[in-house]
Amino acid sequence: MSLILLIEQILNGLQFGVMLFLTAAGLTLVFGVMGLINLAHGSLFMVGAFAAATVAGATGSFVLALAASLAAAAAAGALVEILVIRRLYSRDHLDQVLATFALILIFSEGTRWLFGSFPLYLNIPDYLAGPVTLPGGIQYPLYRLTLIAIGLLVAFGLYLLISRTRLGIQIRAGESDREMIAALGVDISKLYTIVFALGAALAGFAGALVGAIQSVQVGMGEPVLILAFVVIVIGGIGSIKGALIGSLLVGLTDTLGGVLLPEFFKLFMDNASATSVGSSLSTMLIYILMAIVLVMKPTGLFGAKA
Amino acid sequence: MKRETMINALLALGLLAVPLWALIADEPFYITLATRVAIFALAGVGLNIAIGLGGLVSFGHAAFFGLGGYAMGVLASHAQSYTPMMEWPFLIEGSNSMPVIWITAVIASGLAALVIGALSLRTAGVYFIMITLAFGQMLYYFTISWPAYGGEDGLSIYIRNGFPGLNTLDPIQFFAITFVILGLALVFSTLLAKSPFGLALNAARQSSERVETIGITPYRLRLTAFVISGMITGLAGALFADLNRFVSPTMFSWQTSGEIMVFIILGGTARLFGPVAGAALFIALEQVLGGLSDYWHIYLGLLLLCVVLFARGGIIGTLAGEEARHD
Repeated sequence: MSLILLIEQILNGLQFGVMLFLTAAGLTLVFGVMGLINLAHGSLFMVGAFAAATVAGATGSFVLALAASLAAAAAAGALVEILVIRRLYSRDHLDQVLATFALILIFSEGTRWLFGSFPLYLNIPDYLAGPVTLPGGIQYPLYRLTLIAIGLLVAFGLYLLISRTRLGIQIRAGESDREMIAALGVDISKLYTIVFALGAALAGFAGALVGAIQSVQVGMGEPVLILAFVVIVIGGIGSIKGALIGSLLVGLTDTLGGVLLPEFFKLFMDNASATSVGSSLSTMLIYILMAIVLVMKPTGLFGAKA
Repeated sequence: MKRETMINALLALGLLAVPLWALIADEPFYITLATRVAIFALAGVGLNIAIGLGGLVSFGHAAFFGLGGYAMGVLASHAQSYTPMMEWPFLIEGSNSMPVIWITAVIASGLAALVIGALSLRTAGVYFIMITLAFGQMLYYFTISWPAYGGEDGLSIYIRNGFPGLNTLDPIQFFAITFVILGLALVFSTLLAKSPFGLALNAARQSSERVETIGITPYRLRLTAFVISGMITGLAGALFADLNRFVSPTMFSWQTSGEIMVFIILGGTARLFGPVAGAALFIALEQVLGGLSDYWHIYLGLLLLCVVLFARGGIIGTLAGEEARHD
């Protein structure tokens, strides 16, 4: 295996990781601040992708499509929070899991009813299409490189939001003591709606960005949701920093494992069985990683509370 | 007689009456539906031991359901092709006898539950939910990418496996098998809840610290409950595979875990007959709403949402009108 191929795969892993981060950030914020497990987070990812594909189809503008994905997912998130989610904060996790599982059914079938079962396509805009040459002569798709940059920018933006703004102070205060900040006159239910809509918007944004690489279809959110769960469990629930590190770990492990494990088994097996053993193991690798992290640190790498 | 006991008796009679009526009316389709209810209810009875009695919200019971299914698929496919499963170090042949398959399914899912439980129970709360989910997904992806037993396409078995003295291809006889097993599981689950073990487990769910101070280790209780729970759900998986004569990775999917949970919640968490009521309602809705609209999952979702938000005790809780014994 050549070094160039390896670097390409590392970049792919990074790209996958930062997109996971956009989804996982919302999930971990909602859990950290409101103590809620939201299975419907993947549906918001899907809503963003569908909104982007529809707007891009109508106007032809990728930037407008991204704006639409943010707006649609934030609106869907706020609506769901006001109608359903806010009744669940005081419930136990079992009720939360079930109610948001019900929301997935409603979102998925509703989208299928509106858009049909056939996938939609979202094209990469011309100015981002094609490869660029990186130092060392590596050809890499410009769009994927842009995704990495956007993801890191959003991560930095979130860091500033949480550490430097009034909203960020309220979010952090809400995480540590919600009664106290309500007593200090912060409108807690408005804060919850804002946090939920923010998480939803990030997930929808990720859906639109990833939708240009894959196809946009019903059910695209659930695999991402499960991976985002793995990420926040590894990183520690409620920690944005944990989500970032967890995402990159999961992204790199998954991508590199798929490439390196079959190669590794080829050292002492014949080609066909090395490929089959290697690829079976590599699909399980991130779950093995998660199990190892949890056995060593039951609350994740940066988790404070169980 | 308590109201809940009456409802339970009515449910058991109803589950028996539908296939008997279908037999007389010559509508074998309804016998198959009742068989599905019995099997799903059995899976739910298994999960209810973990969730209702032990307070362990496992979102990965599809792992055991799927392992039970694949125990049947693997054994029966070897019997079907007359190839041994393993020749070294000792010879293991395939099998198409239900009792052998059930024992294999129960042992396989029990061992898996032991490993998954031992690791997962180190965590609690939301971490436990997610790590069980992750283990389920791990097995799901493993079966998809492992080509020896059909991979993504699954395995078809041409003839339903046999049970000594019965013709399992006759729908009513197969129903009788599932009904008896469900009945046994319900009796077992009642006895378990009343046993010293069940009482200690229930106490550990309510107050872990208190149980610890009197010298009982909650971890061991929970692990045992998790293993028993996984074994029953695994048995249900083997029966489900035999009903369809087909196994596929879908049995391992997280939607399956979610559905088994839905049976319990619809029926009423920690109620003995909760899974029976929930599975019956689920199948009935699937038939009625599925006939009305292709998008019946929307209505299922809305109904589920209403049950969680407004009717917290599920069907049995609402009808019986009193707190669950284990709440």
